[in-house]
Formats: sequence, structure tokens, C-alpha cells
Amino acid sequence: MASLSTEHLLGIADLSTEDIQLIHSTADDFKEVLSRKIKKVPSLRDVTIANLFFENSTRTKISFELAEKRLSADIVNFTSSTSSTKKGETLIDTVNNILAMKVDMVVMRHSQPGAHRLLSRHINAKIINAGDGAHEHPTQALLDAYSIRERLGEVGGKRVCLFGDIKHSRVAISNILCLQKLGAEVMVCGPGSLIPKYVSGLGVKVSHSVQEALAWCDVANVLRIQLERQHVRYIPSLREYNQYFGIRKSHLDALDKQIVIMHPGPINRGVEIDSDVADSEHSIILDQVENGVATRMAVLYLLAEA
Amino acid sequence: MRRLKLGSRGGGAPAKLPTFYLPLNPMEKRLLLEESLLNLILRRLAFQLIENHQSFKESVFIAIQPRGIELMHAVVNALEEVKAIKPESLQQGTLDITFHRDDFRSGKSLIPKSTNIPFAIEGKRIILIDDVLYTGRTIRAALDALVDFGRPKDVELLVLIDRKLHRDLPIQAKYVGKTIDSIEEERVTVDLEGKSVWITPKTPDNG
Repeated sequence: MASLSTEHLLGIADLSTEDIQLIHSTADDFKEVLSRKIKKVPSLRDVTIANLFFENSTRTKISFELAEKRLSADIVNFTSSTSSTKKGETLIDTVNNILAMKVDMVVMRHSQPGAHRLLSRHINAKIINAGDGAHEHPTQALLDAYSIRERLGEVGGKRVCLFGDIKHSRVAISNILCLQKLGAEVMVCGPGSLIPKYVSGLGVKVSHSVQEALAWCDVANVLRIQLERQHVRYIPSLREYNQYFGIRKSHLDALDKQIVIMHPGPINRGVEIDSDVADSEHSIILDQVENGVATRMAVLYLLAEA
Repeated sequence: MRRLKLGSRGGGAPAKLPTFYLPLNPMEKRLLLEESLLNLILRRLAFQLIENHQSFKESVFIAIQPRGIELMHAVVNALEEVKAIKPESLQQGTLDITFHRDDFRSGKSLIPKSTNIPFAIEGKRIILIDDVLYTGRTIRAALDALVDFGRPKDVELLVLIDRKLHRDLPIQAKYVGKTIDSIEEERVTVDLEGKSVWITPKTPDNG
């Protein structure tokens, strides 16, 4: 019988193709649970989970919280604005103090890449990475791949292009690794200043033309321009970005095929994607959010079981 | 103090037990039901169901994953055979109980199978189907899982084999194919494709 090959979910890099497929097939079953009248199962009723968000989050936090509640786990929440980290406590001390209250699993978002791996060596609980700096965001990649699989039948052999800010995006790295493990071809498209040099080392194609990239791909995953990180001036202005790299309806109309539009959120309408594209029938943006709960339930369930 | 005098009959080997006292060798595979008997049982179960449910208008069949499904199909086919009840007219669903098991995190890997109940069970009479009734824990979990879908009028249990000596919970089946006395080291294997039921030794893989 199958189970995950890892004890924690620190990044997609640690998962095997079989692990990802197992998470997806388990997510199918949780999706069915979520369609029931009573959307709750008692599987994790003896598990306590701490959600530690050292960095802001709305969607991911709510998604994890709902997934935990649907599995009947007990949860405690923590956001850094109200925490003792401001008083100078180290990460390991903070987490160990929480674990002293008998917590079995930790879902954590932290601005420092690798914070989860450091923690996994020092504490005795299952750790799930909900985003570490610009490094990885594994559950987002798992739910993106799940949404592609749901819409197109399978991920293998499909062409997926990631648009926008690749440099600051943890979603991009996790997505590239996850899609490649499932046998998809990946391209990244954006202005040169927002595409890091290392991506070619990951075996992905690079394009600087939206038209060319859209003509190549089956799925366009449009990433957010991280407004909060633009003080360094990677792009001259948001209007100029929209002019050259925004996805517009006219782009899609010019294609002789239909492509799937995705966005991990939050959307900056009129910057990286126009409203009529984000709201079109090709968009599976809200399916991604819905699938996020089922995918996270699968991850929590499979890790708790191990 | 009285002392037990063992072997007071002069030593040597103990008297040989009559053969009917000897337990059956649990390491031996033996046939429990063969085809003609199995068909007879399925027809009897079909008649019993008709007796209690008549037209099945308010009744639904729910098979427990994975091994209840074949039995459900066999029972539905038997209903067609004995009373010409069209299988299409019967509402049939499958239920996976993995998320409701009470031995989660006990070391066994519990990979779920699909649940598919494409109808409302509110106010319906449920015929819950599984191949073997053993400890009763699966049925407990199934009852728990069914609550998530609504409030049925009643739930009846149909099993092909009832291992009556091993119940951990106060659960019993209304429709039973055959009741047997088996020991814990044995396993009952229902092979509806091969139209037979076997008792086999329990191994780590099939336990």
C-alpha cells in the first residue's frame, strides 16, 4: 500500500512523481467529501495543528484552516504581528514553545527561504511549508497541477507557461518542479529583469514575447506582479508592464486554439491580467481556490498518517 | 495441599485424542461455498429482500468499498433473475469508509477509494452491503459515514458471510448468506468471479 516517501512537506523538490500522484488521487476523494451535505470527516480528530504565519496570507491561511477543520483536527493560529518574535525570540524557540503544548503538525509560512528545513532538524513534529520567502510554495504547485489535471485530463505532455514575476515567486519554482515531475513542458515568460538567470538550469524555455508564449502553451499560469517588491524598479511602470506583458482578451482571440488561464492570486486586475480574461470561461482561477482545500486536505491526511 | 498427579497412568505418550477433537489445520485452504450453493444463497437473499422491500421504490443499495460492490452486483442480478426487477431501476451507490475508520494512524496505510452516492438518502431505506461481517468495525464506520449524506429511514445490513464469533461491537446483519465459526488466524475470501468462497490462512498481506 502506498504512502508518502517524506515525513514533512518542505518543498516539491523532496517529492517523487508517485507522491504527487498519490496526493492528487487522495484529493479526488476529498473533493467528493467536500461535495457532501456534511463536508467533514473525522480522520484527524486526534491531531493538533499549529498554523504559524510569520508572513501575511489570506487565501493560503483560510484554505489550510478550512482543510484542517474539514478533517476534524484541532487548530491553533498564530500571526507574527502578535507574536513574541517581535520581542527577539528565535524561530526554533518560538516553535518549540508551541510544540510543548502538544502540537502534532506545523503549517508554516516564513519569509526566510529554508526556514522549514532548519526547523525540521530541530523539532519533533510534521512540518508543512506554506511558503518560504521566494523559495517554495509546494501546496500551491500541487493544487495548480491538480487543477490542470482536472481540466485537461492529465498533466503529462501538456505545455504550461508561467507569466510574470518569476524572480520573486515561490509559486514559480514549486510549479516548475511539480509540472516537470509530472511530465509537462514548462516555459517562463516575462521581462528580462524579472526572470532569474538560473531558470534555464531547470530545463525550462524562456520567452520575452507574450504572443509567442501564448501560441506555444496549453495552459497559461499568470503570476502576480509583486507590487510590494517593486521599489527596486525591476520594471519602469505598471502601465508599461501591462502594455507589454499583460494578458489581454485580444491575445486570446488571436489564437487558433483555446488555452486554460490560471492565476494563483491575489490578482492585480489591469496589470498582469485584464478583467475580461480573468473572468472568461477559459479561466479556472476559482477552481484553483476550490481545489486548494481538497489538495491541502490530502497533504495533511497523508502526512498525519505516516 | 492436593498435588496434581500428572502422568500418573504410568508415563509414556498421552492418550490420543479422538479425531473430532482435533482443530482443523488453519494453514490449509478450504472451500466454504461452491457455485451451486452460492447461487442458491444469492437467490434466497433476493427473495428475502423482495419480501421486505417489495418494489424497492423507497430503497437504495449501498455497497462498502471495495469488496461489497461485487456482492451488490450479484444480488441485483439475482433480483432480476427471480422477479425480473430491472437493475437500472434500482438506485445503487458505493461508500468508502477510510476517513471514518477507528484505526487511523495505527501503522496501516489507509488509501481511500471512491465514494459515489448519486442520489439523496434522506428518508430512504438503505440496504448496506459488504462481503464479510467480522469485527463489525467497518459497519460502524459505514454507519458513521452515511450520516454525512442525510438521515435515512432505516439501514439494513446484508452480508454473504457472517463470522459470528468475532464481533467487537454490537452489530448484526439482517440478511446473511452463511454464518460460520472461524478462528482468528483464518481469513474468508469471497471470490464472486470464480463463484466460490474460501477460508485461507491469514498472512501479513491479507490480514
